[in-house]
Amino acid sequence: MNEHETPHLPPPSLWPLGFAVGIACILTGLVVSTIVAVVGAVIAVVFGFLWIRDVTAPVRAPAGHVEPEARTAAAPVTTGTEDEVATYPRSTFLSAATLGLGGVIGGLITVPVLGFAVLPSFTNQDEPNVDLGPIDEYPEGQFVIATYMEDPEVGEVTRRTMFVRNNGRAESGEPSFTILFSRCAHLGCPVQPNGPILEDEKKTVGEQGVELTPVQPAGFGCPCHGGQYDTEGNRTAGPPVRALDRVEFSIREGRLVLGSFYSVSEVQGAGARARIKKYGRMPPGVHVDGPSAWLYPLGVPE
Amino acid sequence: MAAKPATRRAQLEAAALYPLDWLEERSGLVGATKYFLFRKVPRDTNWFHTLGSATLTAFLVQAITGVVLAFYYKPDPNSAYASIQAITNDVTLGWLVRGMHKWGASVFIILMFFHMARVFLFGAYKYPRELNWIIGVLLLAMGMLEGFTGYLLPWDQTAYWATVVGINLNATAPFLGPFLAQFLSGGAEIGSDTLSKFYSLHMLVIPGAMFALIGLHLYLVIRLGVTSPPWSDDAAGRDRDEPAPPAGGREGLVRPGGRGGAS
Repeated sequence: MNEHETPHLPPPSLWPLGFAVGIACILTGLVVSTIVAVVGAVIAVVFGFLWIRDVTAPVRAPAGHVEPEARTAAAPVTTGTEDEVATYPRSTFLSAATLGLGGVIGGLITVPVLGFAVLPSFTNQDEPNVDLGPIDEYPEGQFVIATYMEDPEVGEVTRRTMFVRNNGRAESGEPSFTILFSRCAHLGCPVQPNGPILEDEKKTVGEQGVELTPVQPAGFGCPCHGGQYDTEGNRTAGPPVRALDRVEFSIREGRLVLGSFYSVSEVQGAGARARIKKYGRMPPGVHVDGPSAWLYPLGVPE
Repeated sequence: MAAKPATRRAQLEAAALYPLDWLEERSGLVGATKYFLFRKVPRDTNWFHTLGSATLTAFLVQAITGVVLAFYYKPDPNSAYASIQAITNDVTLGWLVRGMHKWGASVFIILMFFHMARVFLFGAYKYPRELNWIIGVLLLAMGMLEGFTGYLLPWDQTAYWATVVGINLNATAPFLGPFLAQFLSGGAEIGSDTLSKFYSLHMLVIPGAMFALIGLHLYLVIRLGVTSPPWSDDAAGRDRDEPAPPAGGREGLVRPGGRGGAS
């Protein structure tokens, strides 16, 4: 019986059980408490080490005793020693050259194609500065649904919806707007205002055909999985992991112009007095602060 | 008088077999096909062993109906939905082929799980067939990806928002999740590129990979043979009149001896 007819199986081991318990503790701890996660990590590392030690034991076993090689003095040299000089035959050179050239050609083709496949998703992603119309269209203290097509040529798929509220003047005397992006911070469904939408007062403003509809929301709710937000976009119930994303704005010649998107964990205070810590825009479902945010150290290129 | 029809029959046979002989002499394909079709399998295989072939059949149905649907489908945000409506309502037999593709997708996934359950419960994943289990798991993942990418193509509200949710689920994977999501949607939001990207993945990239993996899967099935059921007294690939091997004779390859120490 040769070695290929016996199953190549590691010996039975109980360490994986402890390792699995450790992993389970880490995952539970991420949700429940950091201490549990740390304990789980210790368990996982210890049992992982023991497991690896167990599995690699046959490999690490000390090599068996080997008789020193004994050279017989009278060994006659028979065939020509000149043949045994290290050579670099032509066939080795040719196969190395073929492999090398093939690799170079393959790389020359693969690298640009791979770049073309991946990079366009991450470059030229600037949001256009959309003109949301004169600020007079936004009565102080009231929400307005502003909806527009980011790229009218591409059509409805580029439709974006903002909930805009004129907060009046901030303490510094500058105009203040709250602009909430309608994408749920859970998994990106369209959040709806919880309150009457005044369809009769719908207007269309600006060159991009931005539609403005006044609304009186008590909060916002997501139809997909039931996430709920208050009028500052803070999560009040359901699965979302952070507050609604917001959009920066500027006012040019009396018109409200959208800037770039940013993510928010939680808004302190309300309206013009709100204190907001801005984070780079992250996809829905991703924490921007706290230990869970450590899982996403790379962010997404702007 | 009697010899004449026999000669004619021989001539006819020779004429009929000539193309096959020609092919065999130049490629060996006839012999290979015969080997594939008439190879030995354990005597006590049962209907559960047909689940793999059933899954393969479901995959081929998906491949063929998908190619035909691609004749009429337009992967463009402004016309995708309309082209699906046209396939369903206007194109002759379009409703049937689209239905086959749509329901066949579920059949394919369900059969994959049944096949996987059979292999697991029969212990057919064990040495020396571990690699074929791994290939099967890759095929399962590919099948799931086909489902995910194909779901967007009807381009209706269900398709759109389900894909938004699916892509954002990917975004929550640690470290590279946000990059994966942005790659899939082709930007911060789903747009026109997403549809054509999913279409390309759905009908070129993933099916190509699946064909290759299925080829490997079948090669290993033929090379390693079909497993007997766990209750079998038989060794795989043994002739009917060949005596059963002594217990433990080929351990690993088949169940040694059989339950109750038969023979």
